[in-house]
Amino acid sequence: MSTAQAVSHFAISCEVNGTTVDRVVAVRQLLADFIREDLGLTGTHLGCEHGVCGACTVVLDGEAVRSCLALAVQADGRSITTIEGLSGDGLTSMQQAFRRAHALQCGFCTPGFIATLSVADPSDYHDEAGVRQLISGNLCRCTGYENIVAAVCEEWGIERS
Amino acid sequence: MIVTKAPPLPRLGKSLRRPDGMAKARGVFKFSSDLDEPGMLWGHLVRSPHPAARIAEIDISPARAMAGAAAVLLAGDVPGRPTYGLNYPDQPVFASDEVRHVGEVVAAVAADHPLTARRAAEAVAVRYEVGEPVTDPEVALRAAPVHPLGNVLAEQRVVRGDVAAEGDVVVEGYYETGMQDQAFLGTEAALAVPDGQGGIDIYVATQWLHIDQDQISASLGVPHDQVRVHLAGVGGSFGAREDLSMQIPLCLLALRTGRAVKMVFGREESFLGHVHRHPARMWYRHSADRSGRLVKVEARILLDGGAYLSSSPAVLSNVACFAAGPYRVPNAFVEATCARTNNPPCGAMRGFGSVQVCVAHEAQMDRLAAALGMDPIELRRRNALRPGDDLVTGQVLEGAVPVIELLEACSSAPLPPERHWETTEPGDLALPGGSGRAAEPLRVRRGVGVALGFKNIMFSCAFDDYSVARCRLEGGRVTITTAAAEVGQGLVTLLHQIAGEVLGTDEVVLAEASTVGIGSAGSTSASRQSVMTGGAVQAACQAVADAVLAATAARVGVPRASLQLAGGRVVSDDGCVDVPVAEAGALCGECFEETVTYQHAATAELDEKGQGDAHVAFVFSAHRAVVDVDVDLGLVKVVEMTTAQDVGRVLNPLQLVGQIEGGTSQGVGFAVMEELIVEHGRVRNPSFTDYAIPTALDMPPVRIAALVQEPQPGLPFGAKGAGEPPAISSTAAVLAAVRDATGVAVNRAPVHPPDIALALAPGTRAGQGDAGVTPS
Ligand code: FES
Ligand code: FES
Repeated sequence: MSTAQAVSHFAISCEVNGTTVDRVVAVRQLLADFIREDLGLTGTHLGCEHGVCGACTVVLDGEAVRSCLALAVQADGRSITTIEGLSGDGLTSMQQAFRRAHALQCGFCTPGFIATLSVADPSDYHDEAGVRQLISGNLCRCTGYENIVAAVCEEWGIERS
Repeated sequence: MIVTKAPPLPRLGKSLRRPDGMAKARGVFKFSSDLDEPGMLWGHLVRSPHPAARIAEIDISPARAMAGAAAVLLAGDVPGRPTYGLNYPDQPVFASDEVRHVGEVVAAVAADHPLTARRAAEAVAVRYEVGEPVTDPEVALRAAPVHPLGNVLAEQRVVRGDVAAEGDVVVEGYYETGMQDQAFLGTEAALAVPDGQGGIDIYVATQWLHIDQDQISASLGVPHDQVRVHLAGVGGSFGAREDLSMQIPLCLLALRTGRAVKMVFGREESFLGHVHRHPARMWYRHSADRSGRLVKVEARILLDGGAYLSSSPAVLSNVACFAAGPYRVPNAFVEATCARTNNPPCGAMRGFGSVQVCVAHEAQMDRLAAALGMDPIELRRRNALRPGDDLVTGQVLEGAVPVIELLEACSSAPLPPERHWETTEPGDLALPGGSGRAAEPLRVRRGVGVALGFKNIMFSCAFDDYSVARCRLEGGRVTITTAAAEVGQGLVTLLHQIAGEVLGTDEVVLAEASTVGIGSAGSTSASRQSVMTGGAVQAACQAVADAVLAATAARVGVPRASLQLAGGRVVSDDGCVDVPVAEAGALCGECFEETVTYQHAATAELDEKGQGDAHVAFVFSAHRAVVDVDVDLGLVKVVEMTTAQDVGRVLNPLQLVGQIEGGTSQGVGFAVMEELIVEHGRVRNPSFTDYAIPTALDMPPVRIAALVQEPQPGLPFGAKGAGEPPAISSTAAVLAAVRDATGVAVNRAPVHPPDIALALAPGTRAGQGDAGVTPS
């Protein structure tokens, strides 16, 4: 391959939900497609493909990242946690709160909300307005957010206004 | 607050949690976009970039030649009916001679990788002779036909009483609503798998499995029973999945290649690939006597149906029937027309028809109140429909008509505290514009508005509307089979509760919804599934319970008449037998199975004067909106929504309120931000960046002022559907609140900031005339 030619594939090594994954990926492949298609972790959803809806949110080295805006190669040497990794065998208490509060209807948006919330520090949030701001990067078309806000407030012991 | 007139039931009325909630919370629930099959291909559609053009030539050879491309299909490859459509097949599977809207499907390709499929689709060379599109519905009515069937998709008049009657006070207005998108989060996706014997299985996110099956089978030329439609996980629908999207091309690709093929629309393609809410232009004239009683309502309403029929006739019929709002109107003249244009096709969206006219009739009521010098709430109270009244269509209202109760509950609910803007920092998220283009705190005005609306539930106008359910009871375990589409609304929970209620058990399993071995459940639309499929499941379970009762009588050797069914139990007169039905069935050691078709009471067509008992039942809705408006920037912040709903009976409070909050948020979105901008037939904003839907910051708290429970006679458990009503009056209430805050005669949904800011700019006379738009 001449140096003028673009590199089309790249070997990456990352940790996904606690397991080391070594793969060769197309350099232009999105992290979301890598997670969904190559790894078969379909709990990460694509709602808009351009960073608006938050349905594709995953945790990358402890930060909430929109996997439709990242490339698979950017995960090289890093650690990814998807909704499957966040859940483990059962439900986290936040997931339970979502279920209890009927904070999900179609449920397409849910993994993104859970991922966003999983890296937030509850002690930074004292009121409903703060919670609304935190989740304002995740769209939900079904619920009107009322029950999502209720679930988060319940889980974090925040009194609703 | 729940207004209760219904006696409680053991299982219904409880907030049972969704049976699929665990899987959805963990992300393991499979949406249609998550399916896969070893060795499957990926499909992609070729769509027209032009709103009106003749197809001069299509060259598929570059696409065929592409490495990895497996098939390229055109109109000539459709073995059966070349067209499809919900009401009438006027839409080509693949356009061959002409394209009539941007996004019309011209060809389909399959390839071994999604990217290859996309590239192959781009390589299909279509030479168009571009024509002049008809994009104005008014012009369309006089223009050369856009389609051989002409440019009038539907029309309906309503003529009632003395059309020459005239009251003392007359108000006129012109109103518009824009094109709204359902904007579900999970885009269209499906997987088609050929069976190797000419038949096919398709797994798809849809609203109505059997109507998909009918249309797919007709175009494939494959017998009905060899087209098996299975419901795949649905990421919201709101009307957009009632029409076919990719089903026929996808099945054709799978049959042609002999391999499984999957297709997923991206967000932009989703905006192009499903119908939208019809934009409306509405001219109104109300007259009333001095005491405020309505004397006459006149309206001319024009809908833009876009290029194909879809469900336009049903939408238009609603527009005509509900044009006057939930009021007593002795004389009326309504002329409603839906035009065919080269704009994107419009069809079903939550509350269809009623949402548009509600914007107009409620603005007219406020205008009339102002002209009379009367409180708008009082004007509504005086004119509100009451039980036993008739509509402008001559139909007498039977059962619950709690319009006044809803109005009172909403308008008397406590108001949120006033904001003290003096102490507010610019950039405060509570300000209109939020952290972005923040308003000047002292230039913020508060307003309050109330709106009432109503709509039919279930299918109307003589439609043969039914749902089939099967109940099987074996070893104490209940299996319910229906073809009803769960789209997120929570029908699966209700069916559990209903079966459990009748059979006295929580051991209920719902079989996967498909067309295999069960009849149609009808559409998940028109707020009909909890009534229709709920009713079918109730009846099937009841039939099983009756059989269990008979078998129990035989087993214990008592006369059948000495046993009764009560609260899900088999009970004997002497008290010796008292067991849940499911347990009694298990004790009999038999398998009980019953399949029942539930049908609602027959309805009639509307005649040419719009008269007739066209609807089986109605739901009424009220909203109060509180808004803060920045008068300089025209930015609106919805502070609070309060609602009261006519629900018949509450089957699951948590889910019901979830529907109300979700529907209200779509109405809020339509009032202040959601509009597909179509210019020269092209959608200018097909993305979530440019088509904004409410975030958690845009949505205010939704307060439930009342759920009026007055069981509707003739409906199972007396429950009414609840999907649509909250979407009907929410938009109109927000617009009323904006008018109240600003004095600007806002007459369009959504209201855009310039409609307010420019009307109030120095040198203009606020409120003198219609802001936003003027009739063409
Ligand atoms: S899919 Fe990534 S933000 Fe919407
Ligand atoms: S639950 Fe459907 S998008 Fe959030």
